[in-house]
Amino acid sequence: MSRIIEKKELVENMFEMVVEAPLIAAKAQPGHFVLVMPEEKGERIPLTIADFDRGAGTITLVIMVVGTTTKKTTRLAVGENLYALVGPLGHPSEIKDFGTVVMVAGGVGTAPIYPIARLLRETGNRVISIQGARTKGLFFWEEKIASVSHEHIITTDDGTYGRKGVVTGPLKEVLESDREKRVGCVYAIGPAIMMKFCSLATKPFGVRTIASLNSVMVDGTGMCGGCRVDIGGKTLFTCVDGPEFDAHSVDWDTLMHRQRIYLKEEKCSLDRYMEEAGIK
Amino acid sequence: MSTVEKKKKIIIPKKTPMPEQEPAVRRRNFEEVPFGYTPEQAQQEAERCIRCKKPSCMNGCPVNIDIPAFIGLIADGDYVGAARKIKESNCLPAICGRVCPQETQCERECSLAKKFEPVAIGRLERFAADYEREQGLIELPQRLPSNGMKIAVVGCGPAGLTVAGDLIVLGFQVTIFEAFHRPGGVLMYGIPEFRLPKAIVEKEVDYLSKLGVTIEFNQVIGKSITIEELFKNLGFSAVFIGVGAGLPSFLGIPGEDFGGVYSANEYLTRSNLMKAFLFPEFDTPIVKGSTVCVVGGGNVAMDAARTAVRLGADNVYIVYRRSRAELPARAEEVHHAEQEGIVFKLLSNPVEIFGDENRMVKAIKCQEMELGEPDASGRRRPVPKKDAYFTIDTDLVIIAIGGVANPLLTKSVPGLELNRWGNIVADEHGRTSLPRVWAGGDIVTGSATVIEAMGAGKKAATDIYKFLSSPAAEAPPWR
Repeated sequence: MSRIIEKKELVENMFEMVVEAPLIAAKAQPGHFVLVMPEEKGERIPLTIADFDRGAGTITLVIMVVGTTTKKTTRLAVGENLYALVGPLGHPSEIKDFGTVVMVAGGVGTAPIYPIARLLRETGNRVISIQGARTKGLFFWEEKIASVSHEHIITTDDGTYGRKGVVTGPLKEVLESDREKRVGCVYAIGPAIMMKFCSLATKPFGVRTIASLNSVMVDGTGMCGGCRVDIGGKTLFTCVDGPEFDAHSVDWDTLMHRQRIYLKEEKCSLDRYMEEAGIK
Repeated sequence: MSTVEKKKKIIIPKKTPMPEQEPAVRRRNFEEVPFGYTPEQAQQEAERCIRCKKPSCMNGCPVNIDIPAFIGLIADGDYVGAARKIKESNCLPAICGRVCPQETQCERECSLAKKFEPVAIGRLERFAADYEREQGLIELPQRLPSNGMKIAVVGCGPAGLTVAGDLIVLGFQVTIFEAFHRPGGVLMYGIPEFRLPKAIVEKEVDYLSKLGVTIEFNQVIGKSITIEELFKNLGFSAVFIGVGAGLPSFLGIPGEDFGGVYSANEYLTRSNLMKAFLFPEFDTPIVKGSTVCVVGGGNVAMDAARTAVRLGADNVYIVYRRSRAELPARAEEVHHAEQEGIVFKLLSNPVEIFGDENRMVKAIKCQEMELGEPDASGRRRPVPKKDAYFTIDTDLVIIAIGGVANPLLTKSVPGLELNRWGNIVADEHGRTSLPRVWAGGDIVTGSATVIEAMGAGKKAATDIYKFLSSPAAEAPPWR
């Protein structure tokens, strides 16, 4: 169980892993997440399911290497097992015919956006995707996103590919040009700072905006409350109440601060691991 | 006759003391606090039992251990016999001997307790179980031949382990589904190492595995597999739900989102289950405070406070809104906490938490309280004193005020009746509103004790056995 079937480095420090998990694959829906623990002494981290294949009994995870746990996970070889894999957790995305949807994907957020966009398109939506990254070399799954989009806009912060600038530029333009109010929903998934600014950008237009939060978790089943977020003044848990929330109600600054509680420990842990494992 | 009379004359008024680590030493380690009785001490204590004609101690035991019999065996020097006697009614004696609140159960009913200290039943239970295990003399009981029926147990905590242990010997196949990657539930993630060594939990679970119980880890029933599928696709004949309490409550005061503010569940899970106390050898980090405030007065609050001491805190406060008399924690836990230097700020209620420029906690403001009229629980209600506030500079706040039922599983089961707090409604046998579905432990009662959960598991196991042995069991398992 939880055997790694395929692994490839999509771009530097970004891995796609296909994992054997028939029970999870059978129940997975776009928006769900799993908890992963790479080895016995490891930490438990949440990862949004990037794809699933019910027939093959597998799920796909896209993992950006940021710390010890993601490093350990992506260093596991094909044929090895994850120590623990739990899911599918959280609520699935709300899928219906919104008319037109704008799917904003930033960095690793491209992965969870893909199955949601695919299903929204299958449900009859017109899909406009805005895919952004810092620079050209960090783009992945471009064809996949294109294959489920009626319109596909690409941005890079440094202008090396697509439009120069961040995703909020085209996002505003799409909404400004939408005089008939066809856009029924905006999805924003990526770094918290990107989701915050997408939320600020869509707010004046009054268009419904959904973000998938990446809080720190331990159990992922509601038990610890570590992933608590302030949603419209109410304390909710990302794991059991989310992970998707109305972006306009999220207290983004609190979320971002809570993601940084363990910065010092994370660095200490990674340095120690890299030295032990003999990685430069 | 004459020997009995002799014994009556020489009753020692106090329990035989159990040696334990000195407070100054144990403050900085996670090793178990009490060392347990030696055989001589156990025998001496067992001889304090006056062997009542109509013993009442058993009435206080939620799992009906034959207490006089096992104490008699210890007195006779048959320690292994004593352990096996206990195991006739309790498959987890080394755990119960350590974490049961005996003072409100068996020991309160002990005849000696009217005049003297009661017989130290808990310590003797622990001794017998430890002796059998340490001498390598654990023997598996006889199992009835397989009856071909499968039982699913949801949750590997004390309730689920009890159901599994009771039904496996009766010839059922038992599979426990556990959400975490380790067994034991609260015994593993909640109760700290220094109060219940995890190696002991593992041994007790190992005993059940050797009996044939299967444990499926990393399975969140209701998510990866539904209850309905357990019956329909996987062929189980009955399901027992023992998923524990669930979501932690917070105070609802400003500043609870600052870094360094934890629920006790999170703090203890990081330390106990994820071994954050061994960071960075283990990867899960934990905020280590130098001045720590734990809010709440129950056993969980004591566990959190005593963990904070061991993680190196200089000052640890328990902030509790009622007075000492109302502290819900066991007297022994309060005593141990005080010995370890934990300071009780009683009649104090937090009103705000302050953070620094990095949004890490830096202080907690509390209001002084006084006791007013009794409330619905019969305890005197704490009433705020006007304009009486104080502030503690702190870098770690742990909220240990209980929680509410976890809806993850219950919401996924159509027709399962819940009460208004979201707990499963179950009768005295653990039967729920759904056929062939039993439930017990905290998911039914709200936060309670390990032994109460085991008691509920025991009753459910008996009822499952009765039901599945009756003609009613011929009906199709689901709808």
